[in-house]
Amino acid sequence: MKPVFEYTKGMREMELHYCPGCTHGIAHRLIMEVLEERGDLGNCIAVSPVGCSIVAHHYLDVDMIEAAHGRAPATASGIKRVHPDSPVFTYQGDGDLASIGTAEIVHAAHRGEKFCTFFINNAIYGMTGGQMAPTTLIGQKSTTCVEGRTVAQAGMPLRMAELIATIDGAVFVERVSLSSPAEIRKAKKAIQRAFEVQEKKLGFAFIEILSTCPTNWGLNPVDSIEWLKENMIPYYPLKQFKCPEEVK
Amino acid sequence: MAKGKLILRTDRCKGCELCVAACPKKILKLDEVLVNQKGYHPISITNEDECIGCANCALMCPDGVINVYRVGE
Amino acid sequence: MTEKKLMKGNEAFAKAALNAGCRYYFGYPITPQNEIPEYMSRELAKVGGAFIQAESELAAVNMAYGAAAAGGRVMISSSSPGIALMQEGISLLASVQLPVVILNIMRGGPGIGSIQPGQADYNQVTRGGGNGDYHCIVYAPSSIQETMDMITKAFEVAEEYRNPVIIAADGMLGQMMEPVIIPEAKPALTEEEIPAAKPWALTGHKNKRERIAINSVWLEQELLEDYINGYWPKYIKAEKELAEYEAVNLEDAETVFVAFGSTARVVLEAMDILAKEGIKTGLIRPKTLWPFPNEAFSKIGPKTKQIISVELSQGQMIHDVKYALEGRLPVALINRVGGMLIDPVEVAERTKKILEVK
Repeated sequence: MKPVFEYTKGMREMELHYCPGCTHGIAHRLIMEVLEERGDLGNCIAVSPVGCSIVAHHYLDVDMIEAAHGRAPATASGIKRVHPDSPVFTYQGDGDLASIGTAEIVHAAHRGEKFCTFFINNAIYGMTGGQMAPTTLIGQKSTTCVEGRTVAQAGMPLRMAELIATIDGAVFVERVSLSSPAEIRKAKKAIQRAFEVQEKKLGFAFIEILSTCPTNWGLNPVDSIEWLKENMIPYYPLKQFKCPEEVK
Repeated sequence: MAKGKLILRTDRCKGCELCVAACPKKILKLDEVLVNQKGYHPISITNEDECIGCANCALMCPDGVINVYRVGE
Repeated sequence: MTEKKLMKGNEAFAKAALNAGCRYYFGYPITPQNEIPEYMSRELAKVGGAFIQAESELAAVNMAYGAAAAGGRVMISSSSPGIALMQEGISLLASVQLPVVILNIMRGGPGIGSIQPGQADYNQVTRGGGNGDYHCIVYAPSSIQETMDMITKAFEVAEEYRNPVIIAADGMLGQMMEPVIIPEAKPALTEEEIPAAKPWALTGHKNKRERIAINSVWLEQELLEDYINGYWPKYIKAEKELAEYEAVNLEDAETVFVAFGSTARVVLEAMDILAKEGIKTGLIRPKTLWPFPNEAFSKIGPKTKQIISVELSQGQMIHDVKYALEGRLPVALINRVGGMLIDPVEVAERTKKILEVK
């Protein structure tokens, strides 16, 4: 029997603690598949955020460190100075990257840091129990906007990929989604390109990955995927904002 | 005649049904009787012969339950 | 090399770090320590190191966290309000036991404070100042030479103890110039040497070992308790082995001053003024603020009737002085705050007032 799909060795044997249907499991796997295919599992050093995926290091077979909330890009910048040729990535959620960590991500992009950032946008705070994120949509309910987010109270949701794309040092910026097998395949291609950009030391690579949070959205996993398609994609368009010639 | 074969690690399954929704042949379903170690009804295949080995299920699975193989080549 | 060179404090500190094998510096400008990042920005690349002017002190300490975790020899510096901003990162460093040398060129506080020298960070550096159960090892130099020598030692201590080490210098030391002997240059660890020298460092597992996962969060509190109790012995060891002080004239003194940093030099001059008036005084100069040199206080002679803590703060070290004395002697405070310096005449006058009252 010829294998069509075998779970990557990059994912350790440990079972994931994430909620049923949480797309962290897919995002983790895609990154590890790319690293395994590149032969880079042994070279990679990664940084996990504060958020549900703080414990990502239990699952990913790469050297990894937890960063303080929002500070993963600074931590990765320090790692990259000591190991300039090792592939380094940060994996961050919407609180970590779009709220407390906006200075760090903007400046990592601004400096053209030679690592990749994977931004898991699920429009809510997962680990702390469903509070509003900067990416929560207008009208979307959360525990800190129980009647639904309003512009007056909280402003319009923040589009991070667009923001980062305006910065010269960010040379590869793409927004992808995990909402179908086809989109997952595209997401993987983007991740492959991001690591190529890093290998060629072209600059900062940023991928925003639209994801679900069934538990805090109050929807079952399948309905969550539909909600993402109907509500998130129109506001957060799937697009390759910037891509260097060398990896097209 | 099946073109694809699934090997399932049902102990990892959380019954999220993302694979059920993604399967183009609609041959995946949560087992109505069995309950796994975690307390979920895990995924099961209703009609193995129909599997085309597209691996959509494995792509959507967040928990590494499904490995997919091509049969008879 | 025994030739003396006239150097400005901040530049000398940076030079000492480079010569001690430091190859990574991350910093944000803040008065009165800007010569340190400026020096590093010019010199680090020349020795194969890396400098980043970070977007904030918060980012700088987290860059240090990453670089230290990756096995690099790292230094960061700031001044009082910037150190306050770094406290989250310092607690983080201590929580995963990483070596980083941190220079605090202290200025008046609280808040944004003044840009002139102060010592009101004593509490901040010896009591946490971030969350949780840990200590920073804290050195308190009193001359540019001593600062350079302490920086050189700090990198070794930081790596031996796997702990952040703070050099609590004040703004005066940073800005003044003194003749110094520059410590000999030591080679830095190469990237290839890191796994053998620091087996806990992130280097990529190369498919040759289990992956290293460095975590600061503990979802099971029983495990965190075990972990904290597991590393605590190093602080007991530090208390036994690292405390340092200088003692002047304790045998003869009727009054003993306790002072650190530049203030100690002012006190020495005041002691000369008082001696000319027949007032016999001595000095205990802590060279480490944590661990505090409690042992020095057992050397105080029977002639001593009064202890005076002299500080550029509202009295922060004074509590450790009282603790070390265990109530044996009265302790008074002579102080200035807000960035004001104290001069020897003022120390002498205020000492006499304290002694008159008795």
